[in-house]
Amino acid sequence: MKNKSLVSINDYTKEEQLRILELAKEFEKQPVQTILQDHVIASLFFEPSTRTRLSFESAVNRLGGKVVGFSEASNTSVKKGESLRDTILTIANYSDLIVMRNPIEGSARFASEISSVPIINAGDGANQHPTQTLLDLYSILKTQGTLDNLEVAMVGDLKYGRTIHSLVIALCNFNTTFHLVSPVELKLPSSVKMHIKEKQLAYHQYTDMEEVIPKADLLYMTRIQRERFSDPLEYERIKNAYNLHRDMIGQTKENFRVLHPLPRVSEININVDDSPKAYYFEQALNGVFVRQALIASILGLK
Amino acid sequence: MNNKKVTELKVSAIENGTVIDHIPSNAVFQVIRILKLERFENMVLFATNLESKKYGTKGIIKVSGKYFAPEELNKISLVAPHASVIEIHDFQVKNKTVVETPDKIRGIVKCFNPNCITNIEEVPAIFTVVDKDDIRLKCHYCEKITTRNTIEFR
Repeated sequence: MKNKSLVSINDYTKEEQLRILELAKEFEKQPVQTILQDHVIASLFFEPSTRTRLSFESAVNRLGGKVVGFSEASNTSVKKGESLRDTILTIANYSDLIVMRNPIEGSARFASEISSVPIINAGDGANQHPTQTLLDLYSILKTQGTLDNLEVAMVGDLKYGRTIHSLVIALCNFNTTFHLVSPVELKLPSSVKMHIKEKQLAYHQYTDMEEVIPKADLLYMTRIQRERFSDPLEYERIKNAYNLHRDMIGQTKENFRVLHPLPRVSEININVDDSPKAYYFEQALNGVFVRQALIASILGLK
Repeated sequence: MNNKKVTELKVSAIENGTVIDHIPSNAVFQVIRILKLERFENMVLFATNLESKKYGTKGIIKVSGKYFAPEELNKISLVAPHASVIEIHDFQVKNKTVVETPDKIRGIVKCFNPNCITNIEEVPAIFTVVDKDDIRLKCHYCEKITTRNTIEFR
């Protein structure tokens, strides 16, 4: 995987994805190393991010690497009207690897085609967020002991949620049964469903969350975003349709876990947090190990 | 007199060049744009809303003194999937083919997603054709699907 950019989850084969997860295990055992001490990683965040940016930077710092970059575009030459093309061509000269988040969809693919150093896509608009997918897979593997043959329920905004899209595509390699819970307005798009159909996997669609919880091995919750609705009343109605409470997960399978890419708003009540079945904060920690594995692998250090 | 004869009479014959037949009536102007015929200097004849046994109505374009490469002609399959292409030499039909939808589309179609990099920076739009019958084009950059309903030509 040396020098291989990661823009969409499908850029890496199933075997390559599993290799990253294998490596992540090693980094989890030993997260502080010096393997990046001769490397400079550019961290270009054209829009704000908390978890993704900090976990990337933490991953690099714990491996002894240096980070250059910015956390918003407003104090860079992008504000002076510089094109993404010129920004990337320039910064590729200053670094060994570029981690980039940009609100323009397709920006990471374009950057990977013009950059002389590999690109890791840390989110391009509503399109892809492959490192989130890898950390989701790692979290699933850790909690379930396997990625194969699981009953996965996904709840919330399945239409615009990029983490959902990438995760569905990735799970299609593992004979998953999908339980898709969303308001009618926010159903999984046909372009993503296409992948499930191609692999001839089972999927079921629901508007009500409660009936799927007892069947599920995993409940992957997502946030419904206010800005997707033109009518604020409609948003209020739909937002309150999916609130997970502690008493709803009493009758679940032993291996059942709740995942969430975070940030959450009201979709998971804080009374779920100290349940042994809540896994979303550990999930966020896993992001560091997975990103260490990915960077080390792309730089040919592992 | 059969329909074919009538059609031919309505648009006069050309000595040398290409006849593109069986274009959907509403796609004639799109075909003209895709083949850049509005900037062409030789004679171009076209007609639309002609009677067609197969399709109800159809359009036809005759381009004098010009033969097209198959890649060029295949681009029109996005709007005229059943078009037939006839090469004329000395008023005689020399070669008759039908258009084929290519696997990749480069540069001629606009991605329908306004937030796609191809609509924001100078990046040529590239698509993979994921469905040739129902025209579904997957953008190489933003990965969104442009369909027959959202298709726009550059």
